[in-house]
Amino acid sequence: MIAIEQGAQQVAQGYAVHQIYQIYRILPEVVLTITGVLIMLIEPLLPSRASRKPLGGLAIVGTLAALIASLWQMSLPAGTAYHGEVRTDAFSVFFHVLILGIVLVTLLTAVDVFLPETENTAEFYALVVFGAVGMCLMTSAVELLLVFISLEISSISTYILAGFRRHTGKSTEAALKYFLLGSFATAFFLFGIALLFGSTGTTTFAGIAAGLPGTATPAFAVIAVAMILVGLGFKVSAAPFHVWTPDVYEGAPSPVVGLMSTAPKAAAFAVLLRIAFEVCPSLHVRWMPLIWLLAAISMTVGNLGALRQQNVKRMLAYSSIAHAGYLLVAFTALSREGIAAAIFYTAAYAVTNVGIFAVVSHYGGYEEKLLSIADYRGMARHFPVLGGALAFFLLSLIGIPFTAGFFGKFYVFSASLSAGVLWLSILGLVNSGIASFYYLRLVTAVYSQPASEAPAVRRPGWALQLALLLTVTATLVLGIFPGRTLAMARAGAATYAPSSAITGSLKAAGGVSGAPLPVTPLHAAGQ
Amino acid sequence: MILLWLIVVLVGGGLLAWLAARIHPLLCRWISLAAVLVDLALALFEASRHLSSGNAGMNTWFEQVDWSWIPQFGIHFHLALDGLSLLLVLLTLVLGVVSVVISWSAHIKALGFYHLNLLWILAGILGVFLSLDLFLFYFSWELMLIPMYFLIAIWGGERRTYAAVKFFLFTQLSGLLMLIAILALYFAHYHATGVYTFQYTALLGTPLSPHTAMWIMLGFFIAFAVKLPMFPFHTWLPDACAEASTATNVILAGLLATTAGYGMIRFLFPLFPGAFRAFAPVAMTLAVITILYGAILAFSQTNLMRLLAYASISHLGFVLLGIFSGSGIALQGAVMTLIAHGISTSALFIVAGSIEDRTHTREIGVMGGLWDTVPRLSGAGLFFALASLGLPGLGDFVGEFLILLGTYRAHTAMTVVAACGVLAATFYALRFVQRAFQGPNLRPWRLPDLALREGLTLGAMMVVLLWLGLYPQPVFHTFAQAANHLPALWR
Repeated sequence: MIAIEQGAQQVAQGYAVHQIYQIYRILPEVVLTITGVLIMLIEPLLPSRASRKPLGGLAIVGTLAALIASLWQMSLPAGTAYHGEVRTDAFSVFFHVLILGIVLVTLLTAVDVFLPETENTAEFYALVVFGAVGMCLMTSAVELLLVFISLEISSISTYILAGFRRHTGKSTEAALKYFLLGSFATAFFLFGIALLFGSTGTTTFAGIAAGLPGTATPAFAVIAVAMILVGLGFKVSAAPFHVWTPDVYEGAPSPVVGLMSTAPKAAAFAVLLRIAFEVCPSLHVRWMPLIWLLAAISMTVGNLGALRQQNVKRMLAYSSIAHAGYLLVAFTALSREGIAAAIFYTAAYAVTNVGIFAVVSHYGGYEEKLLSIADYRGMARHFPVLGGALAFFLLSLIGIPFTAGFFGKFYVFSASLSAGVLWLSILGLVNSGIASFYYLRLVTAVYSQPASEAPAVRRPGWALQLALLLTVTATLVLGIFPGRTLAMARAGAATYAPSSAITGSLKAAGGVSGAPLPVTPLHAAGQ
Repeated sequence: MILLWLIVVLVGGGLLAWLAARIHPLLCRWISLAAVLVDLALALFEASRHLSSGNAGMNTWFEQVDWSWIPQFGIHFHLALDGLSLLLVLLTLVLGVVSVVISWSAHIKALGFYHLNLLWILAGILGVFLSLDLFLFYFSWELMLIPMYFLIAIWGGERRTYAAVKFFLFTQLSGLLMLIAILALYFAHYHATGVYTFQYTALLGTPLSPHTAMWIMLGFFIAFAVKLPMFPFHTWLPDACAEASTATNVILAGLLATTAGYGMIRFLFPLFPGAFRAFAPVAMTLAVITILYGAILAFSQTNLMRLLAYASISHLGFVLLGIFSGSGIALQGAVMTLIAHGISTSALFIVAGSIEDRTHTREIGVMGGLWDTVPRLSGAGLFFALASLGLPGLGDFVGEFLILLGTYRAHTAMTVVAACGVLAATFYALRFVQRAFQGPNLRPWRLPDLALREGLTLGAMMVVLLWLGLYPQPVFHTFAQAANHLPALWR
C-alpha cells in the first residue's frame, strides 16, 4: 500500500518518535482499550461470588474519561495522524461524544438490569467498551482499511453481545442471524474497498477522492460505491437490507439493543457521510438516486411494518428502520446543510432511542418478560416516572415540539426542501404522520387503565435514574435549545472541504444554509 | 413581557396543579382556577391599557416580545398582541375558566394530570394566537395536539382511543403539510431576499410566482381546514366530541376551531393575496357545502354530542364563507361568529354534559320532558339553542347576519344557499329542544336541577352572548385595531 510505503519513508526520516506523540489523536480509543483490558484482567482476580458491579463502575469511569478526552480533542486544531490514517476534527469529536454518551447510558442501564446472579457480566462491560473503541475509530478513520478494521471491532463485539443471554433460544438465534448476515454485509463492504483500491490505487480518503475523477475504470468505482452502500446499508438497517433487524432486536438483550440501534448506527452513518461526501462526491450522480431509493423504501417499509407489531422491541426495530430512512433524506440534499442535518438527526434519534431502551430494559428486567404492548397498559399508573419517560421519548420519535425529534425532523426536512428534494420530503413527512399512529398506541397503553395489578418490576435504582436523567435532559435540550448542538453539527459539516474534488458537487456554504446544488429550485419544483 | 407571562402562568400553573394533586385534590383545582383567573386578569389589564390609550386605531402591535431563539435558522421567540389576538385570547381565557369550573365537582381520575393537560392546551392555544414567528406558530400548533390527545384518550368515553387517535392523525398529518408550506415560504423568501427568517412581518411581502403561492397557501389551508373542521376533513370532530368529556368538548369545539379561523385570517390572505383570491370560489363552495352538510347531519343525529358537533361544523362553515368572501363586513362577521360560536357551542356542550351527568345517556330519544324536572337547565338549553340558531339579539345572529350581508355583494347565489343553512339550524336546534326538554316526561325523570356553580357559569355565558348581540361595537372596534391594517385588506 502507498500508505505503508510513505510510512516507511517517514520512519527512515526519523518520524518514529513523533508518531508516539500522535497518540493524542486517538486518546479516547486508547483510554477505552485500557479500560477494557483492565476489566478483563481484574475479573479473574475477584472471588467468584463477588458482585461484578464495581467492574461496571470501572467501565463507566473509563467511558467518562474517554468522553473527557474527546472533549479535550475539540480544543486541538484539526489534523491527521499516523500517515493520514485517522483525523480528529469537529466531525469526529461530535460522533465520539455522541457514541461515548450512548455507551455511558447503556452501561448504566446494564448495571441496573443485571441481577447479582447474572453470569459473565464483566465480559459484557468489557465487550461494550471494546465495541466503543471500534465505533469511535470508525468516525475518525480516514483510510478505508482502518474503517474496515474498526467496523469489525465494533461488529464482533455486538455479535457476541446480541447472544449474551445464551441460555435462551431467541438470544442465540439473534446472535447467529446478526453474525451471518453481518459478515455477509461486511464482505460486500470489503469488496467495495478492494474495487476502489483497484480503480484509484490507494485506500486513503483524500487519495481516492483525488483519483476518482480521472480513473481509468469508472465502472469499477461505481460498483464499489454500490457495494459499500450495501455494507453500510446493512449496518444502519436501511431497507431493503433491514430484514435482520426485527428478529435481532427482539432476541438480543434490551440494553444491547439500545446500544446497537444507536451507537454502531451513528458510526456507520458517520462513515457513510465521509464516503459519500469526502471520498466520492464526484460520483454523486450515481449514488444520489440509490440513497434516494433507500430513504424512500426505508421510511415506508419501516413505518408500515411497525403498524402491526405487538412486541415493543419489534416495533422499535421497524421504527429504527424508518428513522434510518429519514436520516438518509438529509443525504439527498447534497449540501453542507444536509450533512449538518444528518449529523444532528443522528444525535437526536440516538439520545431518544437509547432512553427508550433504558426504560424497556428496566421494565422487562433481565428476564425480558414484559414485552408486548398489552404489558405496558397502565404503566404510568404503577410507575409514573418510567411511564412518563417512555411517553416523552415516544413523543420525541413522533416529532412533537419540545423534543429532540421535533427539531431533528425539522432540520432534515428543511435541508432537503431547501435543496428542492420536494417529493422525498413530502413522502417523509407523510410517513412521519403515519408513524405517529403506532407510537401513540404505546403511549395510549402506557396511560390507559391498568388491566391488572402492578407487574413485579423493581424500583428504578440510581443507575437507571441517572440514565433517564441524562437522556431526558439531552432530548429536552436538543428540542428547546438546539443552538449549541447545531453549531457543533455545523462545525462537523464544515470539515467537508469545499475545495478539491468536492467543488463540483458541494458549493461552499455561505450563511445559514448550504446553497442547494443545481437541482431544480423550489419554485420550479412545484410546476 | 405580559405576553410571556400569559403563557408562563398557564404552563407553571399546570405543573403546580399536577404536583398539588398528590397533596389534596381541592388544592389542585384551586391552583388551576387561580392560574386561569390570573391570566384572564392579565389579559383584561392588557385590554384596558391598550383599548383606552391614545394609540387606538393605529393598527400596530399593542405589545411585543422578540428574542432570538435559534439564530442559525433565523428563528425568533416572537410574541405580539393586536386587536384580533386580544379578542381571541380573551375568549380562550374565558372558556378556560369555564372548563376548569365545570370540571370542579366531577369525579376525575388522575386529577393532577388532567389539569396539567387542560392548562397546557390553553397555553398552546395562546401560543398560536400570539406567535408572530412562523416556526413558533408551528411549534405551538403542534403543542396543542398532545394535551388534547391525552384529554380524549384518558378521560373519554368508551371508544376514546379510536377517537383520540383519529383526532391526532388528522391534525398531525395536516400540520405536517403546513410545516412543508412554512419551510417552502421560508426558502422562497431566502431566494428572493437572501435573508433567512420566519418572521411574519418580514415574510408578508415575499414575491412568489402565482403557482408557488397557490401550493404554499394550500399547505396552510389544509391544516386550517382540518382543524376548523371543513367538509370533507370534518369526520374527526363528531367522533372526538362523542367521546370527550364536557370540559374537553368546550375546548375542542369552542377553541380549536377558533385557532383555525385565526390562522386563516392572520396568514392566508396577508401572505398570499393572489392565491387567496384565486382559491376563494373553491373555498366558498366548500364552505357552503360544509354549512348544509353539517346542518343536515345534525338534524339526523340521535346522539346529543354528535348533534352539537355537526351543528358546530355547520356554523364554522359560515366563518369560512365570511373569510373567503373578501368582504370587510363578512370578515367582521366571521370574527364575531368565532367568538359567539365559541361561547354558545361551549354552553350547549355544558348543558348536554349536565344532562348526561344526570340521566347517564347521550341519546336524545331517551330524554323528553326534562323541563318538568329540571326547568333551569332546560331553560338554559333553550336559550343557547336559540342563540345557536341565530336569534336576533344574541351574538351568533350578529356574526352570521354580517357574513351573509358581506357575502351577498360578492356572490349572491352562494349567499342564498348559505342562508338555507340558517333555516336548517332552526330545525335541528328546535328539534333538540323539543325532544329533550318538552313533551311528556315518560320515564319519568326525577333529576336535580342546576347547581349554583353550573347556574352561574351558564348565566355568565348568557350575559356575554346578550352583550355581543346587543352591543357588539367593542368587538368590532377592537378588531379594527388589528395590526398591519389587517381588516382593511378585505375591502
